[in-house]
Amino acid sequence: MSYALEINGLKKTYDNGFYALKGIDLTVEKGDFFALLGPNGAGKSTTIGILCSLVNKSSGSVKVMGYDIDQDFGMAKRHLGVVPQEFNFNQFEKTQNILINTAGYHGIPRADATPRIEHYLKRLGLWDKRDNPSRALSGGMKRRLLIARALVHQPELLILDEPTAGVDIELRRGMWDFLTEINNQGTTIILTTHYLEEAEALCRNVSIINHGEIIAKSSTRDLLSTLNTVTFVCDLASPITSVPTIEGYECVLADSMTLEVEVDKGQSLNEVFVSLSAHDVSVVSMRTKTNRLEELFVTMTSGDTQ
Amino acid sequence: MSLANYEEKATDFGNPNWVAYQTIVRTEVRRFTRIWVQTMIPPAITMTLYFIIFGSLIGRRIGEMGGFDYMAYIVPGLIMMSVITNSYANVSSSFFGSKFGRFIEEMLVSPLSNQTILLGYVTGGVVRAVFVGVIVTILSMFFTQLAIHNIFAVVSITLLTAVLFSLLGFINGVYAKRFDDVSIVPTFVLTPLTYLGGVFFSIELLPDFWAGVAQLNPILYVVNAFRYGILGVSDISLGWAYGILLSMTVVAYVIAVRLLANGAGVRS
Repeated sequence: MSYALEINGLKKTYDNGFYALKGIDLTVEKGDFFALLGPNGAGKSTTIGILCSLVNKSSGSVKVMGYDIDQDFGMAKRHLGVVPQEFNFNQFEKTQNILINTAGYHGIPRADATPRIEHYLKRLGLWDKRDNPSRALSGGMKRRLLIARALVHQPELLILDEPTAGVDIELRRGMWDFLTEINNQGTTIILTTHYLEEAEALCRNVSIINHGEIIAKSSTRDLLSTLNTVTFVCDLASPITSVPTIEGYECVLADSMTLEVEVDKGQSLNEVFVSLSAHDVSVVSMRTKTNRLEELFVTMTSGDTQ
Repeated sequence: MSLANYEEKATDFGNPNWVAYQTIVRTEVRRFTRIWVQTMIPPAITMTLYFIIFGSLIGRRIGEMGGFDYMAYIVPGLIMMSVITNSYANVSSSFFGSKFGRFIEEMLVSPLSNQTILLGYVTGGVVRAVFVGVIVTILSMFFTQLAIHNIFAVVSITLLTAVLFSLLGFINGVYAKRFDDVSIVPTFVLTPLTYLGGVFFSIELLPDFWAGVAQLNPILYVVNAFRYGILGVSDISLGWAYGILLSMTVVAYVIAVRLLANGAGVRS
């Protein structure tokens, strides 16, 4: 199988002796929409930094679209697009010039770059701002500019490091749609995010990194199926004062109108409703208490983030 | 509604490093011309003051030096002074600025070779140095008549000097961690060396010991070789000047490429 990304035994030790990566192995299939999750300081940014030559690795190998980043440096870079967490473009440059320069750095002449730059600026709602200095753009626009810049050389692997950090909900949803469309057109996407609902909604496969080691790698669905307990929040039709007893289930009254019920894997929700009806408790709506992936993430990395 | 991705797939556009090199040079030239009030005007004003004070006012009392009136004698040195300071300042400040603003990462994540990055910045520095050198030369013509003795020496020494000091500026930019670090070398090293490098006097005026010490100053060779190109007089041998300048340029280039390859100052 050919992979979009293949990492073997990747280690990074910083000058101060800190082991950021302790020999990670990771593969991402072509066409995948992949989430790399982990708490702050887990090694996500170091991994991405090594992929795009901003961090020197201590040992190990990395291949992008089959090209080794040491031996086939140029080809590996041609296939890689990176959307960083920080706004790392020249704030004094015009929006359009930033893309022209990036295209140029990838060997794309201005004349060939111009129509594709127009395409991305229009598609990401920045065309009217093309002659504005980038520092004059809003935060959301700057984030979209980073995406346009990462795509201007048509990479087959796109890495996004916290792309929706600080972005409002409407814009975030718009970016989700855009990224899904890009992925459907064949671009492999690797995403790091703190919004775990984002990973759950977008990504087919997930890897969790902690203390410089991969502690889980699976399809999002399989990973979520390992959850043993889900807490359901039930909105009640009328207030209650005492917690109804349901055998085999733990119930907590959050307030007089809200009941939380813990349901273990294999248990039936029907029994809950039967018991609640017997207690004359009527439920008008229901939702899971936390994002499921978030719950799993906290469980797997618990005790490590204090 | 258009597709999210551009319809046309990536094409092979020939030599990517040549396009990338042109892009860096264009960006660098656009940068220093956009801030022309900071980059072009100050050297023009400073050199005009030198011409007026040292050339016209004090020079009249000094008389001749090296067989030429004092104004004519100092013009080549002042042109070289502007070439040195502008090539150095352009590259050191621009490269440090790209590190500080982190947009150097745009280049690092692209397929650019280290040589392309270095040559792009150095060419930007050379273009600015030549621009300013031409401005200062034109200004000097209001004060004295310039006759070119050896055009090859004038052009080659100008370019070689601009390349050398652009490389040194690049090395400074790599090591700089704060804006102060960019100005330390020009203030405490380049300026004193330039003043002691024979811009305003012939080293024949110095006692033997200090004349020997002066020959350790690379700027002495730059100034005298260029003076030879303009006036046909020099305190040192032209062959030595070329040898030293070329050697220093090669050493500076190798150091700069190695620093980039190791990621000094730009990669962790």
